[in-house]
Amino acid sequence: MTQHLILRVVSKLLIPFLFLFALYVQFHGDFGPGGGFQAGVIVAAAFVLYGLIFGLKAVQRVVPPAALEIAVPLGVLIYAGVGVVNWFLGGNFLEYGTIDSHDPAHGNHLGILLVEAGVLCTVASTMLLIFYTFAGRGR
Amino acid sequence: MEFLINLVLLLFLSAVTIAIIGVRNLFAVVVLSGTYSFIMATLLIAMDAVDVGMTEAAVGAGVSTVLLLSALHLTKTDEAPAKHSNVLPMALALLTGASLVYGTWDLPRYGAEETPMNDYVGDIYLERSIPDTTVPNVVTSVLASYRGYDTLGETTVIFTAGIGVLMLLRGRRRKDGEGEDQKS
Repeated sequence: MTQHLILRVVSKLLIPFLFLFALYVQFHGDFGPGGGFQAGVIVAAAFVLYGLIFGLKAVQRVVPPAALEIAVPLGVLIYAGVGVVNWFLGGNFLEYGTIDSHDPAHGNHLGILLVEAGVLCTVASTMLLIFYTFAGRGR
Repeated sequence: MEFLINLVLLLFLSAVTIAIIGVRNLFAVVVLSGTYSFIMATLLIAMDAVDVGMTEAAVGAGVSTVLLLSALHLTKTDEAPAKHSNVLPMALALLTGASLVYGTWDLPRYGAEETPMNDYVGDIYLERSIPDTTVPNVVTSVLASYRGYDTLGETTVIFTAGIGVLMLLRGRRRKDGEGEDQKS
């Protein structure tokens, strides 16, 4: 797609703000609407937009499929790993407060942040991987 | 005012649905289904479910429209004419729709106070979210903290779905490749 000048310029302008919005949704999830799932789909949508305008090869240079195949299970591993860490720190599975023994409230925030990061990782990479496999089939 | 907005959105939604049924060109159907998702997202935001609205806009209107388009790339753009009579599928669809509408009669009115969800756990979450978890957004504290196990399960479901799609779509291609190797 080398000829769609307007689409290329507009999407180049938009994509950084899409990522910024995704990060806002991710890290502001404690205070406003949003969280890992919403941020994950926005990240995936931004990459899909890039892939639509600049081609599958260009987006696969940015995020190689092999990296995604690692990221999909990594997210679940982060989530479950937080729970296992809580076990070893003497709490229940996913009892985030144990992460910071001096200040359980801080541990709680940190735990939720980590867990949401795991959700983001799995959701974004799964959506993108499905897009790659679908888009790669036609050729 | 809210009633008016909902009425207009729902009218749009039914118009788009009828158009999807009527249109034979599959490209138009994909575009219309994207429109449907956008209207649905607006409707969800009007109902104060911003999280769900965001997800619907990004997944329903964004990513799945792209996936449908890339699926369309592999087939013809026009729907094939039906080989059998449409009466039985139509009767089945009407029956399912009617039973769903019948099911909604038992649901509490939207936003009603005296419902199990608002009487029982909802109040407890609202009261205890900040003392328990210090997270001001109750949706996040319920999802990540009170119902952390469920969200872990959800993430695992997405993981499993991704693996499943990959195995279905990619496994066959590898088999084709092996077949070619054997021939040569």
